[in-house]
Amino acid sequence: MSTLTREETEALIQEVLEVYPEKARKDREKHLAVNDQSVEQSKKCITSNRKSLPGVMTIRGCAYAGSKGVVWGPIKDMIHISHGPVGCGQYSRAGRRNYYVGTTGVDTFGTMNFTSDFQEKDIVFGGDKKLAKLINEIELLFPLHKGISVQSECPIGLIGDDIEAVSKKAAKEIDKPIVPVRCEGFRGVSQSLGHHIANDAIRDWVLDARDGAPFESTPYDVSIIGDYNIGGDAWASRILIEEMGLRVVSQWSGDGTLAEMEKTPKVKLNLLHCYRSMNYISRHMEEKYGIPWLEYNFFGPTKIAESLRAIAAHFDDKIKEGAERVIAKYQPMMEAVIAKYKPRLQGKTVMLYVGGLRPRHVIGAYEDLGMEVIGTGYEFAHGDDYDRTIKEMGNATLLYDDVTGFELEEFVKKLKPDLVGSGIKEKYVFQKMGIPLRQMHSWDYSGPYHGYDGFAIFARDMDMAISNPCWSKLVPPWKKLPETETAAELKKVA
Amino acid sequence: MANIMVRKDAAGAYSFYLPKRDLEDAIVTMEFDSAEKWGGEIRLNNGGAYYIEPQIPPARFPISLRARRVDAAE
Repeated sequence: MSTLTREETEALIQEVLEVYPEKARKDREKHLAVNDQSVEQSKKCITSNRKSLPGVMTIRGCAYAGSKGVVWGPIKDMIHISHGPVGCGQYSRAGRRNYYVGTTGVDTFGTMNFTSDFQEKDIVFGGDKKLAKLINEIELLFPLHKGISVQSECPIGLIGDDIEAVSKKAAKEIDKPIVPVRCEGFRGVSQSLGHHIANDAIRDWVLDARDGAPFESTPYDVSIIGDYNIGGDAWASRILIEEMGLRVVSQWSGDGTLAEMEKTPKVKLNLLHCYRSMNYISRHMEEKYGIPWLEYNFFGPTKIAESLRAIAAHFDDKIKEGAERVIAKYQPMMEAVIAKYKPRLQGKTVMLYVGGLRPRHVIGAYEDLGMEVIGTGYEFAHGDDYDRTIKEMGNATLLYDDVTGFELEEFVKKLKPDLVGSGIKEKYVFQKMGIPLRQMHSWDYSGPYHGYDGFAIFARDMDMAISNPCWSKLVPPWKKLPETETAAELKKVA
Repeated sequence: MANIMVRKDAAGAYSFYLPKRDLEDAIVTMEFDSAEKWGGEIRLNNGGAYYIEPQIPPARFPISLRARRVDAAE
């Protein structure tokens, strides 16, 4: 169904919008667009980063999710206190599969939930004392932690607790960094502001801790920024970067540590994977420390090769040779993967609706498999994300920003893609409609998908989803049989 | 007054970033861009305009500055 013309796609958008009241229709219309590669600036065709409409099903998260869940959470040797009622921390605990090495509960704390468990009396009388007590308890029970971050939940901002004062005082007492993060969930329109707040907290409380400290640097020091090691992604990326001769000083923040973050200002180049969530800190380091940053894409062999060459272009010939060596080494493996799966996946269509970087980054990987992305959209992107997306997507394909549950369902019904790439909230809706879905947030409990190793797994998973025999079995036999029988009987009579 | 960041890309073109609103855009024109004087009124690709106090060109980019909004886009 990728053969829709521009007019047909526009008509489809109008058809879907018809059910809304006039005011809502006007608002939603700005968030839906037909891609036109000739447009230089996305804001001419699509509006983003606006408040979701009341009454529609949005798939967005909150600022706390952006800070605790995405940026801070994966830092493994720090303890991240979900400061507020127990639910926010508990329901977001360990769901993102940021893999790490270490002994959980001893020197690493990634999958554990620390919360101040606010009760009514804390809301009424304030939770500062509780926070101070909690920090002392942590120090007593988990002495090997390297630092603490205080991730505010909504009530902290509402009742006006002074977590900064408590943090400063306690940090002196236990002699470890304590970072208060003002990421109350009600701030901003989506998790995107949480990323920004978290980045600013790192800038203000962490990044300059080792300024002036001695560091044995090499000309090949880089850091991986914005890779959260979902299913081992950052590891699959890191081996390629190390193989080409670079030294990875720090990983942000998947499998990352506080010490790595503090050493990042010493690197020569910041490699930025998730632009949306960590461009802020990269810009800051560029200004303060003069470290250039580079966006790269490690999904699918075509984009990996492009990215490896772009990274190598920042270094000398030794690294450039290294990049070519790495590409040449993996080329035959990738050809074998493509030879195996491309015939099965050729011409299949995909619709994506994810967050961060994937709605544009994975397009190349699908294209390597001969698949076509016919619609894509972000939960919480800003204009600059769509600027980058327009060039990646084909003409007359569908773009949708902060799409509502209803709209996404209607688009999928009309466009009938062979695969939908979205999250857990969409998964069962579409699978019950008979359309295969892969979760592109958590890789559907698989992964890694980054790097050359990841592409082999990616290809296998997409094939597994699409070629699964269950999709032809959705109509139960007792509903199928009479029809075919009557058809056969009719034939006999005729 | 707003805090902005001005970057210079490899080709020498300036770009503008307003962290508070996460607004990133290219600077189309800059009133003064010479060795002695730099800044003045800048026009963005989106139609907005800002005013940077004219000064000697910064030694290093990117740089954070205070700018006054002359004409906002939208």
